[in-house]
Amino acid sequence: MGDMIKGNHALAEAAVRFGARLYAGYPITPSTEIMEYISWRMPEVGGAFIQAESEIAGINMVIGGAACGIRSFTASSGPGISLKQEGITQLYDEELAAVIINVVRYGNGIGTLYTAQCDYLRETRGGGNGDYRAIVLCPESIQEAVDLLGEAFDLSEKYRTVAVLMTEGALGQMMEPCTLPDFIEPKKNPWGFDGKYSYKKIGIFDRDSMKEAVLINEKHDAIKANEQRWEAVDVEDADYVFVSFGLPGRSTKGAVKALREAGHKVGIIRVISAWPFPEKAFDAVNPDVKGFVTVESNATGQLVEDVALTVKKSYAQNKPVYCLPYVYGIPSTSAIQDDYNRLLAGEIKEAF
Amino acid sequence: MVKVKVESLRCKQCELCAAQCPKGAISFTQDFNVFGYRTAQINDDDCIACGICYVMCPDGVYEVVGN
Amino acid sequence: MAKSRKIPEIAQKTSTFCPGCGHGIAIRLITECLEELGQDKNVMFGIGVGCSSLLGGVLDTDRLHCLHGRASAVCTGMKRVSPDQMVISYQGDGDAYSIGLAETTSAAYRNENFTVFVINNTNFGMTGGQMSTTTLPGQKTTTTVHGRDCTKTGSPIKFPELVSSQFEAAYVARGAVTTPAEINKSKKYVKEALTAQLNGEGYSVVEILSPCPTNWGMTPKQSMDHIMTSVVEHFPLGEFKTREAK
Repeated sequence: MGDMIKGNHALAEAAVRFGARLYAGYPITPSTEIMEYISWRMPEVGGAFIQAESEIAGINMVIGGAACGIRSFTASSGPGISLKQEGITQLYDEELAAVIINVVRYGNGIGTLYTAQCDYLRETRGGGNGDYRAIVLCPESIQEAVDLLGEAFDLSEKYRTVAVLMTEGALGQMMEPCTLPDFIEPKKNPWGFDGKYSYKKIGIFDRDSMKEAVLINEKHDAIKANEQRWEAVDVEDADYVFVSFGLPGRSTKGAVKALREAGHKVGIIRVISAWPFPEKAFDAVNPDVKGFVTVESNATGQLVEDVALTVKKSYAQNKPVYCLPYVYGIPSTSAIQDDYNRLLAGEIKEAF
Repeated sequence: MVKVKVESLRCKQCELCAAQCPKGAISFTQDFNVFGYRTAQINDDDCIACGICYVMCPDGVYEVVGN
Repeated sequence: MAKSRKIPEIAQKTSTFCPGCGHGIAIRLITECLEELGQDKNVMFGIGVGCSSLLGGVLDTDRLHCLHGRASAVCTGMKRVSPDQMVISYQGDGDAYSIGLAETTSAAYRNENFTVFVINNTNFGMTGGQMSTTTLPGQKTTTTVHGRDCTKTGSPIKFPELVSSQFEAAYVARGAVTTPAEINKSKKYVKEALTAQLNGEGYSVVEILSPCPTNWGMTPKQSMDHIMTSVVEHFPLGEFKTREAK
């Protein structure tokens, strides 16, 4: 295992090693350290760093870099990512590859500075106009965040789409041991502008939305077939399966371990790709499972909707899906165990 | 002798060329083209190939044939 | 002895601009200058939303249709990763000076080494003729049916003046495409702006006054006259910042 490093710094250093050569962004807690680190690191490797005048300008600068086929990325949080939505749907529409890091913080509007998971539905459904989907990856540790960042760059280029690394405030701020990746030689993607018009695009007036609709669905089907990611523990004989992601996912793994030791047959599916949602993970679950329980840090339950949809698809018989929304922060393993026991006692009503 | 070629399909009858031609050599056809415009036509005898029509035209109707 | 003149290869496709619109002239000047500088096969455009987007159907070059107002930010990204390519932002007054005012101003403020062309026809043309920040006092538009009241909506915005007086920039000018003489002057401005970029001198912008016969409710000739009699009173022509002698 590598040295201790702050989450946001690890992501910034890793991005440079993965060949990113344009960063444009704006300060916003709890993501700002990524930009601060990049501001001196990117020029060291001959890349472009721009502190943009706004979040909107930032995503549009990323569009410019991506249009030239250069690995480009930005980082932000809640309201900043909200401002970028038009840019995100355009990156998708122009089939440009780009990575966006969302260091999630709690709240609507201006929000708060608490670590949270309240952007799940927005990232997985997309807050911009139209029928697009971004690939959304959710790490539980700084090491996994770094590894998934590399996958995000690769996947965005493989499918010519946007990849979002949906991490959390606490993960950005804390320190853990982490092995940083080896340096990759930056390359220019073949669809990038070279000034000579080498890569011909369909003209604006010649686009056929009917044809493109078919291609959109084919792209999504391919991503869903090939890129689901998850971790499953003890699901084969479980009475109840927890579903969680990120740091609350780690707590839930701890709770599952403790509950098993106390004689409860429980398991966990830790979601790593929120989109494409890991439906395949449910194949290994005990066919006689009694129900599913999500553990998430938001107010209304968001992950629970995807679990309910997947449970509907996976089982002929209706299975209840419960939600434990901890609003913000990271639930403790004891809180999760207590709430599980309350659920068993019939005190918690199913969400679906 | 044609001093300036005219591509009629590009002409949108804006008539800016005729307003600027120093020799009054530009007029417009009686018939409409396929897009519904009466298009520019040059009286080659009056034309001095000054190129002002080329400069004025927004639609690339003209090509001045060089010597 | 006539010089042969033919529209540049990269801009030969027919356009769908209105009859008498100045965009076609502006595009020809830009592409002629690119040819003359040997850069017509070394260029990428960021195109604005509005009548400007029709440029995408004319050009045979690398080009991106940018989100409304954001072309200067996109071009910033493009130029930072492509310092050896010519990068051009091509926008209307609505795109550049209304929704895009922050991005347009910030790129000038940072003295980014690309060239911005703003085609100013004093209204939002493509959407049917609404007021823009460049609409003249008293000018009737679909959102100022009694004439623009500048006490409520602001006075015509003067971007070249702002850049040349407040920011560092390599070259700033305003031209018009109303008569052959003005067109030839504007071509010089365009050439200077592109040369500034080519030599890495910094930010360059040329605002080009252009007619909008359709939304002004005038013939093309009347529109050109209107620019020279009325529009230039608010938008003086000339060079506001010339290139440093090298």
